Amino acid sequence: MYYDRLIFEISNPGRKGYSLPKSEFKEYSLSNNLQRNEEPMLPEVSELEVVRHYTNVSVKNFGIEKGFYPLGSCTMKYNPKINQDLSNMPEFSLHPYAPVKAAQGVLEIYYETQRILSELSGLHTFTLNPYAGAHGELIGLMIIKAYHQKQNDLKRTKIIVPDSAHGTNPATASVAGFDVVEVKSNMDGTVNVDDLKEALNDEIAGIMLTNPNTLGIFEKDILEISSLVHEAGGLLYYDGANLNPLLGLARPGDMGFDIMHINLHKTFSTPHGGGGPGSGPVGVVEHLVEFLPKPVVKKVNNQFDIEFNNDTTIGQISHFYGNIGVVLKAYSYLLSIGKENFKHIGGLSVLNANYIKESLKDDYLLPIKGICKHEFVFDGLIDKSSHVTTLDVAKRLLDYDVHPPTIYFPLIFKEALMIEPPETESKATIDNFITIMRKVAEEARTNPELVKGAPYNTVVKRLDEATAARNPIVKFRDIES
Amino acid sequence: MFKYLPHTEEDIKAMLEVVGVNNIEDLFSEIPAELMGQDLDVPFSHSELELQRRFQDLADKNTTLIPFVGAGAYDHYTPSVIRHIIERQEFLTAYTPYQPEISQGTLQYIFEYQSHICELTGMDVSNASMYDGATSTAEAMFMAIGAKKRDKILLSKTVNPNIIEVLKTYARFRNITIDYIDSIDGETSIEDFKQKNSKEYAGIIVQSPNFYGIIENYDGYREVLDETKSLFIMNSDISTLSVLKTPREYGVDIAIGDAQALGIPLGYGGPYIGYLATTKKLMRKMPGRICGVTKDTEGKRAFVLTLQAREQHIRREKANSNICSNQSLLALFVTVYLAVMGKKGLKEAQMNSFNATHYLYEQVTSLEGFDVVFNKEFFKDCVIKTTKDVSKINELLFDKGILGPLDLELFDPTMKNYLLFSATEKRTKKEIDLLVSVLEVA
Repeated sequence: MYYDRLIFEISNPGRKGYSLPKSEFKEYSLSNNLQRNEEPMLPEVSELEVVRHYTNVSVKNFGIEKGFYPLGSCTMKYNPKINQDLSNMPEFSLHPYAPVKAAQGVLEIYYETQRILSELSGLHTFTLNPYAGAHGELIGLMIIKAYHQKQNDLKRTKIIVPDSAHGTNPATASVAGFDVVEVKSNMDGTVNVDDLKEALNDEIAGIMLTNPNTLGIFEKDILEISSLVHEAGGLLYYDGANLNPLLGLARPGDMGFDIMHINLHKTFSTPHGGGGPGSGPVGVVEHLVEFLPKPVVKKVNNQFDIEFNNDTTIGQISHFYGNIGVVLKAYSYLLSIGKENFKHIGGLSVLNANYIKESLKDDYLLPIKGICKHEFVFDGLIDKSSHVTTLDVAKRLLDYDVHPPTIYFPLIFKEALMIEPPETESKATIDNFITIMRKVAEEARTNPELVKGAPYNTVVKRLDEATAARNPIVKFRDIES
Repeated sequence: MFKYLPHTEEDIKAMLEVVGVNNIEDLFSEIPAELMGQDLDVPFSHSELELQRRFQDLADKNTTLIPFVGAGAYDHYTPSVIRHIIERQEFLTAYTPYQPEISQGTLQYIFEYQSHICELTGMDVSNASMYDGATSTAEAMFMAIGAKKRDKILLSKTVNPNIIEVLKTYARFRNITIDYIDSIDGETSIEDFKQKNSKEYAGIIVQSPNFYGIIENYDGYREVLDETKSLFIMNSDISTLSVLKTPREYGVDIAIGDAQALGIPLGYGGPYIGYLATTKKLMRKMPGRICGVTKDTEGKRAFVLTLQAREQHIRREKANSNICSNQSLLALFVTVYLAVMGKKGLKEAQMNSFNATHYLYEQVTSLEGFDVVFNKEFFKDCVIKTTKDVSKINELLFDKGILGPLDLELFDPTMKNYLLFSATEKRTKKEIDLLVSVLEVA
């Protein structure tokens, strides 16, 4: 049965799903002219109705525990249960204004997590205050701006972003008040060193890079690139969305990057939560530490403290100290993995990706040959005579209980199909995926209409997105009226 | 090998063979040798038992206190069912709903969330969530600057100082000028606002209940703003809007704030959730994701991300916001909270908090050495002045297991000896009486 009822549609006047203790206090007065005129139309449902409703809503979603989720640049690895349990311990749910002496345990986790991230990335100090990857990028670019302003180098108003970058990179540069200089990349998405030299001048504040890039290719010239940018007076920003393959093997700090963010919800397995909460810690080299956002968690004489007064900081970027609940999960994960295992994460994710790439390259068009890192891109099917598109392939995969890869990104390939199989996936799972992908390619050859009409087994079929945008219905009252 | 890594030696061997290399190291051969193989000073792998012990040791270093402070983070009751629902793997482990056919669960709760936010604020349209109340206020500022093409904004001094700090940071990097509206007796001065308002300003940002807990009355603001065609931006703890006059009733253009008070645990400051809602007129200027209703090819009702042409992955270098991940699971949290508490429960929890705070206020201000500061109506935060030593008061309360009031001098040097208290429906009369008895002898 297809369940599409809204909580408002199962509401009945007089029902309730809560219980509160009887108030021990008298009723104090509140002026009428400060009160709302009309009551909000909130649901009236029993507790079981609530639980059953959201259970029925939930099963319309795909999740990592149901099946393979090879979404490129998203690092959909297993989210360990223990992390969830530990982050729920009530002792960590302090009021943010609890005095530091009452918060030594949680501050130690904050401090230790940032220290381990520093070790893994080769950057001097991290702030865990940013709420998400894009928020981290914004804080990173604010630091770049603050650095040049402090040098009184006010001409530097431009940020270089390769055309293979994540969509958030140019958006972030714009939001931080920079002009974007887009440079074309080589065929394999890597930076064209000659073009870079051309683009560098005394107006460039910095460059944003992802390494390995969105095609899964490592910038082998990274040391030359970083010295060129530094010589020209710019800074290098590392987008940590693709950190997973390098974990425990190579560090952005050693490559010459000055600033980076890490997506704890990707590399460090805190769940994605359907689109958040994430956490986007930002790390910097030593001479940029003074610019980190406040408050800053410090260790002084083996005690942990929070510093608010700091003249050189870019300022406050969050109400309190970031998504601490997410940090707890990441810390639990870091301790579980430990020194012995970090390098296996990079190694096995890269092995998984190359194994899929080699196994499917006779059916899907592989524009960039050779060894990839954690992800790679196919440019649709090799045989395009049946006009089956990447969108069709993705929709057909839904029928086989596989989450499709990232599609139509990066923008440099028209039919991009970007595959990232994390290290937590077994050979058996991956072999099954390969079989399904071959089967879909076969169907595209022999029965293209079947693929173009997919999906068939999902709770809903393809959606009319155009009407939704033309005539937006964005709340329950819009349906009623 | 390790419990999260399923590969056997045989698997690895077979896979390497297909790839055509001899060992895993060969997959990294293009990385310059000098970059590889640093010895890292990181902890060794912890088994689950060791991990539990480590966390218990750390937990024991924290002290759980009974909070009598709010100031943007409120200790409300969390119904038990919420945790069970949001931890279902279908919600917890999913990515952003980019494939709508297998993301109807996420999309549907976003739609319900937007409906709730619109009900409480009275606005036409809400996005799918923001990081927190402070960053949602900053996004509203950017939205107003972008919509009006003016680079100055007015900001009331009664707004929470942490939000003001975040606004200052965001404004600095976009060359936005913030000018402040004075507060008189704990409230935004409408006279000062009338005097300063001009066509140079994109709009005004106010907060009610404000930082001091005072419920501000914005009658007359809309008319002043209409003279200069400027925008009205109002920040509220959304839980209070179950009772108080809505942003819509005041003629607000952008309603923003935190929704933590809808039962989200204190969690040492996060994750919380910011909301942002606006009018139909400004809908296409709104940052973040929006979910709408549509039909599938068989005519079934379904949910889909809509109006995506506004978003950063399409507009890229012209973007006015870069938000991508938001606080989706917290949007589900407050959606379930509002379903469980419902029409009556939300209001009951808020009025019980209101009454508990007023009882606290009445008791404390009747003590020797504690006095009324602002004679204004307040909601669940209140300011009380003392002649006693503030740090000593908080030390004595700490010894009794109580998190005492916020010392307002930390935010405003002219507010020496001003204390900001708060109580919620979780506070019992016994707890408040204990607080009062400690203050009495402090």
